[in-house]
Amino acid sequence: MTSSNLAYFSNDAIYACLAIFTIAFFAHAFEVSWSVKNTSSDDKTQFDFSRTDRAGRLGTAMMILGTLVLAVADITRGLSAHRVPWGNMYEFSITGALMLAGAYLFAFTKYKVRWLGLPVSISVLLTLGTAITVLYRPSAPLVPALKSPWLAIHVLAAIISGGVFLVANLVAATFLIMERYELKSGRPKWAEKIPTLDALDQLSYRLVAFVFPLWTFAVIAGAIWAESAWGKYWSWDPKETWAFITWVAYAAYLHARVTVGWRGRRAAWLCIFAGSTFLFNYIWVNIWGTGLHTYSGL
Amino acid sequence: MSEQNLGAPEIGGVALLRWAWRQLTSMRTALILLMLLGVAAIPGSLFPQRNQNPQKVDSYFTSDPTLAKWMDRFHLFNVYASPWFSAIYLLLFISLIGCVLPRTISHLKAIGKQPPLTPRNLDRMEGYRLIQGDPATAIDVAQKWFKSHRFRVRVEGNSISAEKGYARETGNLLFHLSLILILVGVALGSLFGMKGETILNVGDRFINTPTSYDNISYGKFQGQGSLPPFALTVKNFVATYDAVTGQPSNYVLTTDISNPLGSAAKRVIIKVNKPWTVGSTKVYLQANGYSPVVTVRDKSGHVTFEGPVIFLPQDGNLSSLGAIKVPDMVPQIGFIASFIPTASSSASRGIFSTYPEALDPRLVLSAWKGNLGLDSGTPQSVYSLNTAAMTKIGLKALTLGSTYDFGYGTITFNGWKAWVNLQIVDDPGKMYALFGALFAILGLLISLFTRQRRIWVKVGSDVEIAGLAKNGIPGLEAELIALTRALQEGTKE
Repeated sequence: MTSSNLAYFSNDAIYACLAIFTIAFFAHAFEVSWSVKNTSSDDKTQFDFSRTDRAGRLGTAMMILGTLVLAVADITRGLSAHRVPWGNMYEFSITGALMLAGAYLFAFTKYKVRWLGLPVSISVLLTLGTAITVLYRPSAPLVPALKSPWLAIHVLAAIISGGVFLVANLVAATFLIMERYELKSGRPKWAEKIPTLDALDQLSYRLVAFVFPLWTFAVIAGAIWAESAWGKYWSWDPKETWAFITWVAYAAYLHARVTVGWRGRRAAWLCIFAGSTFLFNYIWVNIWGTGLHTYSGL
Repeated sequence: MSEQNLGAPEIGGVALLRWAWRQLTSMRTALILLMLLGVAAIPGSLFPQRNQNPQKVDSYFTSDPTLAKWMDRFHLFNVYASPWFSAIYLLLFISLIGCVLPRTISHLKAIGKQPPLTPRNLDRMEGYRLIQGDPATAIDVAQKWFKSHRFRVRVEGNSISAEKGYARETGNLLFHLSLILILVGVALGSLFGMKGETILNVGDRFINTPTSYDNISYGKFQGQGSLPPFALTVKNFVATYDAVTGQPSNYVLTTDISNPLGSAAKRVIIKVNKPWTVGSTKVYLQANGYSPVVTVRDKSGHVTFEGPVIFLPQDGNLSSLGAIKVPDMVPQIGFIASFIPTASSSASRGIFSTYPEALDPRLVLSAWKGNLGLDSGTPQSVYSLNTAAMTKIGLKALTLGSTYDFGYGTITFNGWKAWVNLQIVDDPGKMYALFGALFAILGLLISLFTRQRRIWVKVGSDVEIAGLAKNGIPGLEAELIALTRALQEGTKE
């Protein structure tokens, strides 16, 4: 196939993914909503997931199929341009969606996390939908400044750390919600499968502690690349500044946990704050910011 | 009252200093300073910075001068070099040094030391348990188990104290010491470095002396005579573009460099991600554009101006804007001009460029006569014309090779040359910063993935074991179970 054929094929595969993940989303939505069982006098909503097990399994099958097709779309996109598929924001988004779906399936093989299928499928759908409609750019070779082996290293490290930071944020948010339930009247039925507060608290810390060195490396790799491309390893470009702020926020989080002994609610809020500096960097600086990182054509 | 006060330490002098030092080097202060540094970095990403985007800073001053003046007083256009930003990071690093150095010394002292004594009441520790086992062999079995799991062991009578994971503190200290090394690198770079820029047309020769630069800045302790003595000639510059999107795909700058000056020239290719290096100095290809070549003649046909004029690109298709100034005519003549590499035109937009390569160039001129204002003493940009004392006399779009008669003489569009913007940087501190960064990651990995814990075994009528994991890191329980099993199996035999 020629380059442009590959690029068109990749686009078609993305549209196919949108359809498949939509089915996955509805299957998971059906799984949750039809499992509601009202036991007459009791006001509390009861759930019985055994009634909708087949819908759940269909959802999982579609998640697997969608992820495979997405992987093909991502790879052909890279092949069409003869490079790694993360040269602009459209490509960051489809690669990021692939990472998210892949991380979910990986977790699925190890733990009982089918309940995450609903939020994961809707996140993937939103990401892919925004990517193909708003962020889409034709497949093209890289601008000279991006032609460097550091593109693969620096951007991949940043994408992976970002993904893990966001998962840590989701876990911390889950902690806060579950804590509220437990303080009020105990967990509702549907949340009983979710791990204990202590486990959630530990999990978000471990995710951050695990990926913080990688984030540090992503920032340093960026500095090394900046030195060879722009002549200065650090120039307080908005993207660099916010990467630094994210780094500082997570460093403070780790210190707060390890040396000051923060746990639970305060730690979860600090974790969410640090994660939102990353999101702010990805969205605000990419779209409205100015600076040296803006040549990606979004 | 006064007699009672005699015994108390005097507030002031040494005591006050010691109190201040203790406050500054406390963990709490360091954490607050760290967060403060993050917060202080924010305004620099929201407002334009003078060293990155001076035009945008100027637009703040023209749209609301009073506000801009007040923002400037708080250094909001120069955040990262401002006194308040510097104050935060200097305090942070003093705090860091005050915190890390004593810890490093005590950690070094602890290297050969034995683990601390077994506490008296083990039942207050984590995972305390009593084991039904043979007290006679328990010490030996436990000692063997600890040794095979590479614990440090201290046997005192009928108890064992074992500890593992000293590397956690080693990694932790390595990380923080590396941060100090990064700061040293940054400081060296700004005190002993230099940075300069120059724009060269293809064919130009550049000799590395301060006067050759368009702008140059030195570190505080960098002498002006310290530039490496090379000469660089721009032989060729090729930009290739994607035919569909018009995006640049490659820039190749071919130069001949003699280093030192006068030695045989060497062919050097410079690209965007491939600077040329000499010592700690590097030459970077930063930007490029077009210089239209024109000849201006007066009415008698005498040449009053000739040569390439550097124009600044305005968009992705390299429509470029510039000024041609001819002071040696009466009256003085100036042109505000745009160079359109590949021309197309429409009723609404006039003439515009559709592709960055010069395939069908136009030179669009508006001619002005009067006083160029070059003798007034106030410096003016070479890229724009000050038309305050001038009147417009004509407008013309020239194709390649054509001539425009503006009444007082003629201007001919002969061709164009490519120009390149070279940035020349000397940063002797960057290797320190790089090594600091690499050691910081190493230290971080060691400290985050090492678990530090103590385990005790006490033998009386029964065998008691317990442990303590620093920062409550999980994994201790599993080890205690393994040790219990070893003790039970070992003592059965």
